[in-house]
Formats: sequence, C-alpha cells, structure tokens
Amino acid sequence: MSADTLTVAAGTGAHPLHYAAASGVFSLSWLLIVLPLAGAAVLLIGGRRTDKFGHVIGTAAAAASFVVGVVLFAALLGRDGDNRAISQHLYSWIPVNGFQVDVGLLVDQLSIVFVLLITGVGTLIHIYSIGYMAHDPARRKFFGYMNLFLASMLLLVLGNNFLSLYAGWELVGLSSYLLIKFWEDRPAAATAANKAFYMNRVGDVGLALAIMFMFATVGSTGFADVFGAAAGGVIGYGTITAIALLLLLGACGKSGQFPLQAWLPDAMEGPTPISALIHAATMVTAGVYLIVRSAPIFNETQAARTVVVIIGAITILLGCVIGCAYDDIKKVLAYSTVSQIGYMFLAVGLGPAGYALGIMHLLAHGFFKAGLFLGAGSVIHAMDDDQDMRHYGGLWRYMPVTWATFGLGYLAIIGFPGLSGFFTKDRIIETAFDKGGTSGYLLGSIALLGAGITAFYMTRLFLMTFHGTKRWSSEGAEAHHPHEAPVSMTGPMIVLAFGSVFAGGLFVLGHSLQDWLEPVAGEGEGVHTFSPLVLTLLTLVVTIGGFGAAYLRYQLRPVAVQAPTDSEVTLVTVAARHDLFANTFNETVAMRPGQFLTRFLVWLDLVGVDGLVRGSAAGIGGLSGRMRRLQTGFVRSYALSMLGGAVLVVGALLLVRG
Amino acid sequence: MNTVPWLTIMLLVPAVGAVVVGFLPRRRATLAKQLTLAITLVVLVLAVLATVAYEPKRAGFQFAQHHSWISTFGISYSVGADGISLVLMLLAAVLLPVVVLSSWDEVDGPEPGGDGLAAPAGGGRGGATPAGPAGGVGAGGGVATGGVATGGVATGGVEGGGGGTAVLVAAPPAPPAVGLGEPVPARGTEARGQRSVPAFFALLLALETGMIGVFAATDVFLFYVFFEAMLIPMYFLIGSYGPVKEQAQRSYAAVKFLVYSLLGGLLMLAAVIGLYVVSAQHLAHGTFDFATLRQLEITPGVQKLLFLGFFVAFAIKAPLFPFHTWLPDAGAQAPTGAAVLLVGVLDKVGTFGLIRYCIPLFPDAADYFAPMVLALAVIGIFYGALLAIGQRDMKRLVSYTSLAHFGFIALGTFAFTSQAGTGAVLYMVNHGLSTGLLFLVVGFLVARRGTRDVAAYGGLAKITPILAGVFLIAGLSSLALPGTNSFVSEFLVLVGTFTVNKALAIVATTGIVLAAIYILYLYQRTMTGPVTHEENRALLDLSVREKIVVAPMVALIIGLGVYPKPIIDIIRPSVTATFADIGKHDPAPTHPAAAQPGGHS
Repeated sequence: MSADTLTVAAGTGAHPLHYAAASGVFSLSWLLIVLPLAGAAVLLIGGRRTDKFGHVIGTAAAAASFVVGVVLFAALLGRDGDNRAISQHLYSWIPVNGFQVDVGLLVDQLSIVFVLLITGVGTLIHIYSIGYMAHDPARRKFFGYMNLFLASMLLLVLGNNFLSLYAGWELVGLSSYLLIKFWEDRPAAATAANKAFYMNRVGDVGLALAIMFMFATVGSTGFADVFGAAAGGVIGYGTITAIALLLLLGACGKSGQFPLQAWLPDAMEGPTPISALIHAATMVTAGVYLIVRSAPIFNETQAARTVVVIIGAITILLGCVIGCAYDDIKKVLAYSTVSQIGYMFLAVGLGPAGYALGIMHLLAHGFFKAGLFLGAGSVIHAMDDDQDMRHYGGLWRYMPVTWATFGLGYLAIIGFPGLSGFFTKDRIIETAFDKGGTSGYLLGSIALLGAGITAFYMTRLFLMTFHGTKRWSSEGAEAHHPHEAPVSMTGPMIVLAFGSVFAGGLFVLGHSLQDWLEPVAGEGEGVHTFSPLVLTLLTLVVTIGGFGAAYLRYQLRPVAVQAPTDSEVTLVTVAARHDLFANTFNETVAMRPGQFLTRFLVWLDLVGVDGLVRGSAAGIGGLSGRMRRLQTGFVRSYALSMLGGAVLVVGALLLVRG
Repeated sequence: MNTVPWLTIMLLVPAVGAVVVGFLPRRRATLAKQLTLAITLVVLVLAVLATVAYEPKRAGFQFAQHHSWISTFGISYSVGADGISLVLMLLAAVLLPVVVLSSWDEVDGPEPGGDGLAAPAGGGRGGATPAGPAGGVGAGGGVATGGVATGGVATGGVEGGGGGTAVLVAAPPAPPAVGLGEPVPARGTEARGQRSVPAFFALLLALETGMIGVFAATDVFLFYVFFEAMLIPMYFLIGSYGPVKEQAQRSYAAVKFLVYSLLGGLLMLAAVIGLYVVSAQHLAHGTFDFATLRQLEITPGVQKLLFLGFFVAFAIKAPLFPFHTWLPDAGAQAPTGAAVLLVGVLDKVGTFGLIRYCIPLFPDAADYFAPMVLALAVIGIFYGALLAIGQRDMKRLVSYTSLAHFGFIALGTFAFTSQAGTGAVLYMVNHGLSTGLLFLVVGFLVARRGTRDVAAYGGLAKITPILAGVFLIAGLSSLALPGTNSFVSEFLVLVGTFTVNKALAIVATTGIVLAAIYILYLYQRTMTGPVTHEENRALLDLSVREKIVVAPMVALIIGLGVYPKPIIDIIRPSVTATFADIGKHDPAPTHPAAAQPGGHS
C-alpha cells in the first residue's frame, strides 16, 4: 500500500483508522524481519564453518530484532491513539493488472504486541537453547532454523496484506516442519513433521481460498481495502461468511484446533525449546492473530463467529480430557496448549467483546506455557531424555529453580489468584456468560468446566513430576542423577516465570491492553450475566475442585510406575489415551482410502491408460503386442506416415496454388 | 539494440556448434565438453542481452526477421519474440549450460556388453533393415525417421534459396547422421565400447537450436519444422544415452516418446495445411505467417477441427491427461541432462503452443473446448499427484509431478484471465527451474547409487547434507511454497481462475495438499530416518562441479520467488494482449474497494 492515509473503519466502526505512511524509525521496520533472516542465511549457507559461533550469531540476531521491536513500540507509545498504525510499502511483489500485491509491513497496536512476544520469548528461548543443545553436533543448524522461524513469524504478523501474511503463514509451517524433524534420523520425528505439514496445508487451502475470494470480491488483498469494504457492509452476507469460514479453516490448521488438532501433540517430537517457542508460545497462536486481524470481516458475520466459538468450546474440552490421560509430560503440555488456544478461539469468536481478551490470554499463555515447556525441558534433560512422568517424582529437591519457575507457570495456568491466567481466563469465562441466552450459559459452563479440568491435569502433572515419591533410581543400570540446569537455561525460565506472574495483571488492570488494542479490535461492553465477583468465586471453587481431585489421587495415593492397562481404566480414559480416536478417524477416512486410490491409479495407469493407448496403437498398425516388433514396427509405420504426410503437404500446396 | 537479429544469432550459434562438436573425433571428449559449455554460455549471454533489449510495453513481435523460404507456398523464415516466447527462450538458454555441466562425466563410463551403437535399438534396426520408402528420403539413409522428418525439409530449404535457413534446419540431424553413418563399423572399431561423448554434446546443442527455433518461429510451418526437428536429438539422447543396463527399456521409452510426438505432429501437420488452405480461401495468397493468420475470420466449424489438430499435438507434448503415458518412461530412461531439458523445456512447447497458437488462431473453438481442457487440466492435477505419491522410481515420480504441474498450466491458460494466463506462462518458466533441479538432484543420487528405486535410499540427510538441502529446496519449489518461484505462478493461476470459475479453482486448490504429500513423502523416504543400507554410508556429498550446477538454479528459485516482477513485467503485456485480442477481459471485482489507492505501479 503506497497510499498515505487510507481510512478504514475498523472494529465496531466507531473509530476511523488511519494507515499512516512509514517515516522516521518506522521506515526501518523491515529490519525486524531481515535481521533474523540474515542470521538464518549466514548459518545455513555458511555451513560447518559457522559451527563454532553459530549459536552466538543466531541469538544476537534474535536479540537485535527484539531491540528494534522495543524501539518501535516506544515510538508507537509516543504517538496518539488513532495514529498508531503505520504501513510501509517495501516493493511490488506480484503485479498483474488488477492483481497488485506488494510486500509491505503494517506496524500497529496488534502487530507490535506480537512482535514483542515473538522476539522477546524468541530471544529467551535462543539463550535457553545454547545450553539445551550444547551437546548436539548440529546446534548451528538448529539456530539457523530458529532464526528462519522468527523471520517467517514476523512476516506473518507484520504483513500489510493477506498474501504477505500467507507467505509468512506457510513459511512458519516450513520452519515448524524443519524443527519437528530436527532429529531426523528418528522415524517418529520425520513422520510427525510430515503430518504437521500435511495438516497445516489443509488449513492453508482455506486461507488461500479466502484470499482468492477477497480478490474476486474486492479486487485487492490489502488489509486496508479488504477491511474497508467489509466494514462498509457492501459485501453480501454469504460471501463474507464464506471468507470468514475459510479464514477459520486456516486458523484451525495452524493453531491445532478441532478438527485439525491431531498434528500438534505429535509435533512434540521436536526438541523441547521448539515445543516452547513454536508449538506453544507463538506459531500455534497465529490462528488467533488471523481472526483478530480480520475482525472487520468477522464482525459482519454472526454465523462464522458462532462456528468459531463452537470450535473453541469443543477444543477446550477435547484438549483437557486428553491432557488428563497422558503420562508423557510434553504430550500433556501439548494438549494443554490445544485447550488453551481453544479458550482464545472461544474469546475471539465472541466478537468485539472478546478480541482483546483472546489476545490477552494469548500473551499470558505465551509466557507461562513457554516457561512450562522450558521447565519440562530442564526436567527431561535432568532425567536423561525420559519424558514419562511415571518415572519422575520428588524432583523438587534436586532442581529447585526449575521447581519454582515451573510452579509459578503452573499456578498461572490454573488461575491462581493474582497470576496471569487468573486474570485472562476469568475474563474469558465471564464474557462467555455475558453473551447471554442459552448459548451464553452453555459456553460459559464449558469454559468453567475446562478451568476445573485444567486444574486437575496440571496439578497431576506438577505433583507427578516434582512431588510424591521418587520413582526413579540413582543407582543401577537405569540410574538418573537429576541436577539443576545451567544458568543459560534457568535464566530464561526465571524471566518467563516473572512474566507468568505479572503479565496478566499488567494487561487487565486499568484495561491497559484492551485500550491499547481498541483501534484494531474494537470494544464491546456487554451486560454482565453474573457479577464479576460471583464468577471469580465460582471459578475459584471449580479450580480448587480440580486441584483437590488431583491432590487426592496423585499426592495422597502412590503413583504407579507402570501405567494401568486399558482394561483397568474407564472407557473415557481409554478414548483419551487414543486422542479421542482422532488419528484413527483420519487414517480410516483419509489415509487408507487415499493409499488404496493411489495404488489403484498406479495400476490403472499401467494397464489402463497406457495399455489402452498401446493397444489401440497396435491395433491401428496391425501389429502384435510384442514389444520388439512393436517398436520397430512403429518406426517403420511412422516413416511411412511421414512420407505420406510429406506427399500430402506437397499435394495440398500444389492443389491450393493451382 | 532492437535492430540486432538476436534470435537468428541465437539459432545459428548452437546450430553451428552442433556441427562442429559433432564432427570432433571421439577421443577429443574434453574439448567437446569445453566447446559445448562455451557455446551454451554464449547463447545464455545472447539471451540475456536480448531480454535487456526487449521492450515489454511495445506490442507485436520484436527482433522480427522475415526471409522468404519457399515462396511458392508462402513459407518463410520468420522469427520474432514476444514476452511469452522470450522468457521460454531465456529458460532454455539458462538450463543448457547447467545441463552441460551436470552431464560432464555422465557419458564417459564404459558401456558393458560391448554395445557401442550410437543409435537406439529401434533406430538401429530401422537403419539396418532396408526400410523401403524411408531410405530414399533420409539424408543419411541410416535413420529413417530422422532422415525423413528433417532431411526432406532441409532439401526444400536449399531449393528455396534461404542459405542460412538451410544450415539451421539441416543442423539438427547432422550429429545423429555422424553417429549413425557407421553403426556397424562402430561396433568393431571401438574396442573400448564407449559411447561417443562429442555426439552427446552435439545432440544437446542441436536440441538447443530446436528449442530456440520453436519458440522464435512466427511462421506456422517453420514452427512445425522445429517442432518435429526437436524430437530427433531427444530421441537419440534417450535411446542411446539412457541407463546403460536398461537397453531394452530405454529403446522402448525412446520409441514411445517418438511415436507419441510424431502422431501428434502428424495431426498438427494436417491442421497446419488446413490453415494454409483456409488462408488461401480468404486471402489472395495462402500464407503460414502467424500474424496474418490470426487476423483470419475462420468459421467456427473449421476452427474446431483445426483447433483439435493443434491441441492434440500440444496435449501430447505437454503432456496433459490422458496423453501422458510416454512421459514417465521417457523421464525415467532419459539421461539426467536430457530429462531436465525434456520436462523443463521441450514439454513447454506444448503449453506454449496452447497459448500461442490454439487460442489466438481459433478463439471460437478455444471457447468451445475450454470446459474440456479445464476438466482435463484438473484431472491431471489430481491424477498426476496421486500417481506421483504411488511411485517407487524417483524419476518416474518426478515425471508424474510434472503431469500435475502441466495441469495447473493448462488451467491457467484456458481460464482466459490475465492473472491466470500470466501465471501459466510464469509457471512454464518456474516449472523448468524447479523440476529441472529436482531431476538434477535425483540424477546425482542415481549417479552415486546406480538405482532410481526410492527404497534403496533412506537417511541420506546425515550423509549428504548439502545434497539433501538442495533436494528439499527443489521439492519446496515443486510444492509451491511461498518464497520460492513456483508459489507466485501457482497462486496467479488459481486466483485468476477463481475470478471466472470458483468451483474449478476450489477443486484445483485442494491439489496443493497432494503436492505437499508427494514431495515430503519422497523426502522422508530418501533423506530422513535411519540409514537403511550400509553401502549408502560411503556416498559423497555434492562435488564442486555439482555445487556450481545447482547454485544458479537455487538462486533463481528463491530470487524469482522473492522478486518475480522483472519476469512478470515481460510476460504480462503479451498475455494480456493475447486475451484482449480474442475479447477476453478480466472480470471486475464484485465490490471494488472504496478507497482504491492510485499509487500502484
């Protein structure tokens, strides 16, 4: 967008939003992307020559990008509220007549909070990885991929049109793929990476089609044009609903939401810092970003918003239930992520009342979930790569820093009063009830129930890992010698623990984040169904219920080292252990028929299409099917026909001339 | 610079080069290689200069030259370039040096079994047995096919008085004639039983001449001549230089390729003559001049017939479903360099022909048959992708992916919007780069391991990380990931199709999931996981020469993904004009954005 002052009615339409042209420090916003991109280029092209200092370059690139982000944020603070969206045209990317797509960036209230999250948490995880990956011979490549991810993710949130966003969207998918299969000699990792890419691509089809719809309707893919037309109300309800639902399909793929959630738990095959950065804090929340960014579209279609909340609600429960059944610490955290993003979807599906809440929970989740994963990584490191919580127990004594930081993250996610999750999740539950009517009660109850189950499975995880009896041996063949992680790992964990504690309050108190985001997300103050105080108490009761149940079962009673077999547990647990049969479903409906179809077509192509052609050719030539004779026969008959052709040419020409 | 006859020079250089290299004695293999590389680099420089000199905004053909050739029939040596043909010539010029360098050591190896024939079995037999009518016409008398197809024309050329033209047209068959003139002695005298290196490189140069000629021609008859002439070097490249141990299969593949192409060519020939007849009815003199022919108002019925004649030829060449079954065989049996050129450039003649000839010459018929072509295109996208997923032979796999890609190109061509059309032409270029690189890397693997079987690999990323990385980049381009060249073209095709036919575009878009599967599943089986075969542990990573081969391809794949504008700016005006000429205009958006900024450039 080269236009200087595009005026778009955003949010509820109350505020005209200016996309100001980039000047001053904002004309350097491309540095945000180019710095990590350059880091990736140096590390990946430089190859083994950069092995020695690769991690330093990678971390420096991430940190430099963070510094640029902070500078831009400060500069935005210095501008008045309606003047905080700065669009920068970089160059013309795909110009074909009516289809004009530029590479351009939009720094505004929404994108800058993502920039700070991505580069901030990103830098911390880079630092953590220096220690975590210290003994991996391919550490340099790891940092190269992580820098590539940062650049891609920043392009995703900074693009000022949907096609730039799409480029970032697919490139984070690539980074995710590369990092899931980072230990690629493990077949499980390679399979998980492919699964992630395939399922993401299903979502990408939705996003791509949404963009095509936008172009066919509005004649542009630029945010300013599309949102202007959407908010102007000129687009038909059917069209705008279709666009919104296609965007939602993309969002579900990227964010691991029902029905495209099955790849995310498998993605835990990647190194733990990646699970923290990509598969918890940033990339998987891109779907939430997409919906909030497209608020002017979703505002126009109640139908699509309803689908969003339904998906959010289903995913909350699905993630919670499965999270209770796994013994693999990373899988539990992964399903926890699925479920927490469900909360964000539920929030943003509520429309203007919920957009800011979704983002708020996203940011808070970015802190505590990244912290939890890093803590889990520290534990896994200490336990010699064993991820089974049944083999843990009593670890708090051996790794106090991990225990403390993980504990704060744990308290934050279950909504301990005063910590992040308390503020952000409560507000979502509250707003769900505030929706009013039966649907409001239903959604609110689901969100409330989810809070209880979250408290249960997170308490289970925390107790099984750090408390109770030692279920590992410090002697013998399978001895473990758990120890605290080095400073490069505990440092980032401590910083994130601070975030887990304070972020929520910072965002919520005084409406600071909501006010900040208001020009992008709009605001909606509904009528309270319950008074906030009642609801907070209710949530607390449910949470304590979940905590208590887990405490009774996993603290007061011994935890078996061997997981009970399927016949010893309830049917719900069996189903949860099998991911509620999502993989079985995918295999039955898509994979097996696909394999069959592929084999059938390969056969058909050989004997059918090719055979038919060969057969008819043989028939025409009056030749036998034997290959040798067929060949030589063909050549001769061709020679004959060429001669015939030549005669024909000359004859025809003479005829016409004559 | 626009007065320089760039195209004629670009034709002459490799043609003369083919003759010179072809006449080099067998023992001067190194000289032949160096000479060929130098010549292809000269052509590349010429092509780049021509591209710089080209003025995209000017309508009509540039660098045009007309010389009467067979004036009696209105046949002329006419060449010229528009944006569509220029980028394809540029593609050919870029790929040739890459192919030459990648084939550096490929034909040097001794051939077991002492079969020193430079000709494939089919051709050899054709020459050995008295092939009746063909023998009389063929220039060398050895190869019936080659002799007739071009020999006849060459004779005509000499008679027509076009001296330069005669050389051009005569050049392609020259190297095979050298190789074939002595099939029987060759077996006896060449004790070491090696395949002729100079002949191989001469064939590549002959192929380059044919490829540039077919894109440059603006006389329909000349186009036909190049269209057929191009086949001959490829026939020998597959039949004589394919996998050493698979003599029967490669002959079969070569003949299948030839027969398919020639059958198509025959239909086209009939249509070409038909065009001439029609022009003679409309004008005072019949003509083959493209610019004149496109002005003709041909009755719809005749248009349909002539359209089909051209279309089938192009659908075989491209190939589109269900005319594709020669491609996997040819792709698997061709030596790597030839496979790159076959799928990268030769097949593009088919898609190029659709947009250059089928649509402007027969607009009513194009309209009439568009639903059929679009249906075949979409079937091809899925059929090719599914078959690619099911392949075990890597080269066949890559060939089937091309079937899917050609589906996208045909889709874009027959959607009749400037976005889809520009995307389709850009796709032709991009596909040449991405699939070309894919074939090169597969070729590197096969050269190391001696088999195309996917199951023979596994876990190579650890052993040959650079090769694996290049493989992945080629694959990502093939699955049209943003940031690579193919994304731009694929999205243009889809978005352009979407504006006129939503259902079709939606179906085609779901094909991108299958693209991810066929590429990443192949990558998974070959590169990731544990090393499954001990002998693979000794495989070497890319050599310096191989790195030089892939470097420009990788650079172009990423460069044209990030900044495709220069190429788009060349293609777009020609495509837009092509569709405007037949009355096709882009549909306007249904609800144009209120504040459409005027600052777009």
